[in-house]
Amino acid sequence: MSAPIQKSAAKTKAATQIVTANRLSDGVVVYLAPDGGWIDRIDSALVAEGADALAEAVAAGKAAEAAQEVVESYPIDVTRDGGRLKPLRLREEIRAVGPTVRPDLLRPTGV
Amino acid sequence: MYRYDEFDHGFVAARVDQFRDQVARRLTGELTEDQFKPLRLMNGVYLQLHAYMLRIAIPYGTLSSKQLRMLGHIARTYDRGYGHFTTRQNLQFNWPALKDIPAVLDDLAKVEMHALQTSGNCIRNVTTDHFAGAAADEITDPRPYAEILRQWSSIHPEFSFLPRKFKIAVTGAPKDRAAIQVHDIGLELKRGPDGGIGFAVYVGGGQGRTPMIAHKVRDYLAEEDLLAYVEAIMRVYNLHGRRDNKYKARIKILVHETGAEEITRQIEAEFVEVRKTELLRLPDSEIERITAYFAPPVLAEKPARSSAFEAAKADSAAFADFATYNVTPHKAAGYGVVTISLKPIGGIPGDATDVQMEAIADLADAYSQGEIRVSHEQNLVLPHVALDDMPALYAKLAEHGLATGNAGLVTDIIACPGLDYCALANARSIPLAQDLSNRFGSPERQKEIGELKIKISGCINACGHHHVGHIGLLGVDRRGEEVYQITLGGSGDETASVGTLVGPGFKTEEVVDAVETVVDTYLKLREGPDEPFLAAVRRLGQQPFKEALYGTA
Repeated sequence: MSAPIQKSAAKTKAATQIVTANRLSDGVVVYLAPDGGWIDRIDSALVAEGADALAEAVAAGKAAEAAQEVVESYPIDVTRDGGRLKPLRLREEIRAVGPTVRPDLLRPTGV
Repeated sequence: MYRYDEFDHGFVAARVDQFRDQVARRLTGELTEDQFKPLRLMNGVYLQLHAYMLRIAIPYGTLSSKQLRMLGHIARTYDRGYGHFTTRQNLQFNWPALKDIPAVLDDLAKVEMHALQTSGNCIRNVTTDHFAGAAADEITDPRPYAEILRQWSSIHPEFSFLPRKFKIAVTGAPKDRAAIQVHDIGLELKRGPDGGIGFAVYVGGGQGRTPMIAHKVRDYLAEEDLLAYVEAIMRVYNLHGRRDNKYKARIKILVHETGAEEITRQIEAEFVEVRKTELLRLPDSEIERITAYFAPPVLAEKPARSSAFEAAKADSAAFADFATYNVTPHKAAGYGVVTISLKPIGGIPGDATDVQMEAIADLADAYSQGEIRVSHEQNLVLPHVALDDMPALYAKLAEHGLATGNAGLVTDIIACPGLDYCALANARSIPLAQDLSNRFGSPERQKEIGELKIKISGCINACGHHHVGHIGLLGVDRRGEEVYQITLGGSGDETASVGTLVGPGFKTEEVVDAVETVVDTYLKLREGPDEPFLAAVRRLGQQPFKEALYGTA
């Protein structure tokens, strides 16, 4: 019944970053999108390449917090894995897909 | 059970209205998250990995069928069809939307429930023996005293901003099923020299990153002095407890740093002062008034032996296992206390679906006077079941996947939500519990092993009680990888002890084998089937288990 336990991919590949948060109204995990909005599928997230882009994305997260759209925004490390964005930390992988023990509640990640 | 009076109804309704207004102001941006967070926590609302989480108080683990049915309704209407019973005898919903929580609280208030003081640095839900009011070995029902403490501690102005959270547990039986010695205050009901009811008082126990067994500060406290003495303890803690470091702020640290003798002296001195006022002396009339709410149900007289029960045991091995492990002697002849295991083999410890909650509520009405209990071991209990009714009850439980006969056995595993849900966790707990359950799941294997309590926490905060597991498992993050440390010899009962770390941790793919090595070593070295795992570990020490796990150095 239990899901296979995967190792974290930490420190296996060079990271790029995206910005995540929880949506204020319902707490759902969301990601900053290229159009400045917030989407719930990680693969559609804005990938911040380079320090300037990351600073801009983090600032957008803080602005969205101030605008009461999201709560607790922060950047996370991801790698590109085929067609998808894979968080390096297991914690963020679980946030992206849902509890590993409830396959019926897994959420889609794709675009 | 306790029923709200006019004051209770008014108070809870006012708090719901207040929180509805706070949520509305948060959603419109009038309140920032920094302003709102302490307000939502006071109402049991956390933000976890995937969503908000609502922790609902179940005072001393007692539920009516009506209340459990309402929890099922909430699970289906506002959540994702299930809830999680916790080691604090509470229930957590993992997915409520913030905008819906005032409506959830409205529904809870309709059945005299709430989520107050399930978070924050206040006195939390008072917990007790899940067999309270039914167990054959009970001196007296601890729930009236827990209710008195609940009423006294609810929005207590002096104790709403303590150095840290504060947990009180009460047992009414010498067999401690409430783990009182690992609580901030533990109360053991006992008879005094004059035959009256009083308490042995323990202070300074706890788990978390610094596990400690409580010190007994009073061997006997008369029941009329319960509130005065607890108030004295709280005042000493509130005054001297550390506020500079949250990791050193629990009363256990104060007791440890001050010394048990000196802290006892301070408590006793404060007690003298509190007692002088007479304000907190519990009159007999008030104890009787509250106790009346917990009057034992009127049960039809039955012979001690039930032929239907005995015949069913002879007929079915599965039922016989259920009868052996999940039915505990009741104080009334011809009745039993039934543990409904929320640990199906390979399942998620403590989870129950909306349908299961409603089914158990119906079964409580049919067979158990409409009463249900929540155990800190994450099971549910039907406290008053006639032995004659056990076969029918068992059959109906089985229809809902609730008839696993494993209470107290190796697959009756406590596990915190862990990294699958919890924002504090470093590692997953539930998948490990599931894998262990599958590994040891055969009835023959479980019976051979006998009583064995495995407890798993996904971080050092120890919500999974790993410190007091006969085998404790603590998940840690080692350079991005989940690793599990094993402790042996812990216990939360009247012989309470903190488990000892046996050695370096094990990777995910190794840990189930490691636990099996520990179990096999026990089976090999025990004096016989009558020597339980805990007794064997205490007799043998760690060495044989170390050697089995790591080889001889």
